[in-house]
Amino acid sequence: MILFILRRLLALIPLLLGVTFMVFFLMSLTQTNYLTPLKAERDISPQMIEALEKKFGLDKPWYERYFLWLNNVLHGDFGYSWIYKMSVIELLMQRVQATLLLNLSSLLLAWCIAIPIGVLSAIYKDSLLDRLSSFLAYISISFPEFFLALLAVYFAARTGWFPIGGLTSIEYPFLSPIDKLVDIAYHLVLPTVVLGIGGIANMMRIMRGSFLDAIRADYVLTARAKGLPENVVMFRHVLRNAINPLISTFGYVIAGLLSGSLLVENIMNYPGIGQLIYSALMKQDQFVVLGSVVFSCLLLVLGNLIADILLAWVDPRIVHHE
Amino acid sequence: MNEKRSYIKELLRNPFGGSACLILLLLYLIAILAPFLAPYEPSDQDLKKTYHPPTKIYWHSARFVVARYKNVDPSSATYKVIEGEFCPLKWFVHGYAYRLLGIFPSDIHLFGVEKPDRVYLLGSDNTGRDVFSRLVYGSQVSLSIGLIGVSITMILGLLIGGLSGYYGGWFDNVVMRLTEFLMAVPALYLLLALRGIFGVKFSSAQVYFLIVIILSFIGWSGFARVIRGLVLSLRSQTFVDAAIVLGQSSIKILLKHLLPNLASYLLVSAALSIPGYILGEAALSFLGLGIQEPSASWGLMLAQAQDMKVFMLNFWWLLTPGIAILITVVAFNMLGDVLRDLVDPKFRIYQTKRG
Repeated sequence: MILFILRRLLALIPLLLGVTFMVFFLMSLTQTNYLTPLKAERDISPQMIEALEKKFGLDKPWYERYFLWLNNVLHGDFGYSWIYKMSVIELLMQRVQATLLLNLSSLLLAWCIAIPIGVLSAIYKDSLLDRLSSFLAYISISFPEFFLALLAVYFAARTGWFPIGGLTSIEYPFLSPIDKLVDIAYHLVLPTVVLGIGGIANMMRIMRGSFLDAIRADYVLTARAKGLPENVVMFRHVLRNAINPLISTFGYVIAGLLSGSLLVENIMNYPGIGQLIYSALMKQDQFVVLGSVVFSCLLLVLGNLIADILLAWVDPRIVHHE
Repeated sequence: MNEKRSYIKELLRNPFGGSACLILLLLYLIAILAPFLAPYEPSDQDLKKTYHPPTKIYWHSARFVVARYKNVDPSSATYKVIEGEFCPLKWFVHGYAYRLLGIFPSDIHLFGVEKPDRVYLLGSDNTGRDVFSRLVYGSQVSLSIGLIGVSITMILGLLIGGLSGYYGGWFDNVVMRLTEFLMAVPALYLLLALRGIFGVKFSSAQVYFLIVIILSFIGWSGFARVIRGLVLSLRSQTFVDAAIVLGQSSIKILLKHLLPNLASYLLVSAALSIPGYILGEAALSFLGLGIQEPSASWGLMLAQAQDMKVFMLNFWWLLTPGIAILITVVAFNMLGDVLRDLVDPKFRIYQTKRG
């Protein structure tokens, strides 16, 4: 197991090198420079720009710059964001909390709705509930996320029941701690629902499928033959086995954290990492882009690893070889 | 051959499969006949009629007529019907000139009204362009990008995956590392990064092909891996050995013996991966990186609907492109699911009760 984890972490090194190298190369192909907007700003002196150019070796060709960047990164310096005037690490850490909050709450929502409905529609297969939920799942899987987000903003604007975008109200700093929590929760409702709906549909289908598989197993026959009541058979024996694939979804949420909610965050004006990365890409805030790419690859590998470990933990039959 | 024909029959007989096929047929007809169906060019503006609501059409003295509207409050785009005033809706009218399928010159449109009146089936947008016309033209982008994208992906995946599965060795190793690499990078970032890098100084047609190429470039890796796996398992079967013993060339074996065995998988995965391309283009255009104004695309039209004014003043007709995307994606998903059930009953998710 430890060997397996180590192997996966080792595979991260060439991946990170390759991805950052590619991004660096692609970004060097553009004509404009990330210092172009900075040069236009009057309050930054030419000496400072020169100093910055020297620090990141801007006068040098891109491959030399790549190694300079790499050198800086290995010394713990991920660079500086031109837009937000702060270090990339600080910026990412600040934004990742909001995104994590959003993703976890929508995962929680998806679990809370998908598991009971999936179980019920497997137990009462071909019933009205099963058909209705399958149909709804079908529609919501096909629903473009950004259209759903637009509809949610539209809904909020028309009814006034929910805030339109953002994570906090204007008066947030003056609220008491409890009111602060309420304020954030209130702002979270719509983005959570929008992001959660796709997850609900997917997980419901997985849950239903794996529950149906588990029902056919021999141990269910044994349990029934022993004379156990039906609900004990279903919830103690079948559910425990059927729920395994869903537990690993936690890992996948971490894996897709940086790109999963990019569109939703942008439309709903949610101050998360997706919004940051989009604007960084558009304004060629190179170090933010590179930093977030590194971060995103790390999360991807770690998330998949967590998913695998969780799966092995809940189901000891699964052994990771090598 | 016989077997294939029964697939088509069974597909059409299935209620979901049949309706999916019908919807798709209708959508592609709309896309092909777009210039004929659309009363106005997608870039045809009328700045006096911005955010115009859908015009009322009613039956009056043995013909359809279109109500005339008055702009009561230009600041909030409030239009009121002028009672008793209307203009006749004419069929097969002469309008702007176009070439059907890029070949047949014509200026006949299915319906229209005399200038300066305008008919807005689905209202107008912020520069008074007809949303219905733009929707119809936008279907050309969405519907073709899925097909072209999937074709490029399939050819790439089939070639690379097939070769690496068949030959193995160092080529296989290199290809598999490459696909792992491509699959590890989050697709949306790669998409944004690639598109961002290529700048915005492109014509509409160039942007279109750029998007197709970028989407296929991202999409082929997963596909190639599955093909490789299938080829690997097929290669060890006796009919391949027999072909080798008979002295057939590797390429011939790949094309004549292995490809037909992959056909059903290819068909199903094509239908199921087309929505990805449609959504990818829509998302890119939505973020302002795809099809540019004044061309029409569903994603681009939705981007305009992001304006706060739209939400506050209830211009609901600007959200119709989203419904168009939804219908298209549902139809392709349905087709893919039904095909999968037909081709490989093992994957059957739901059993339909028959008689």
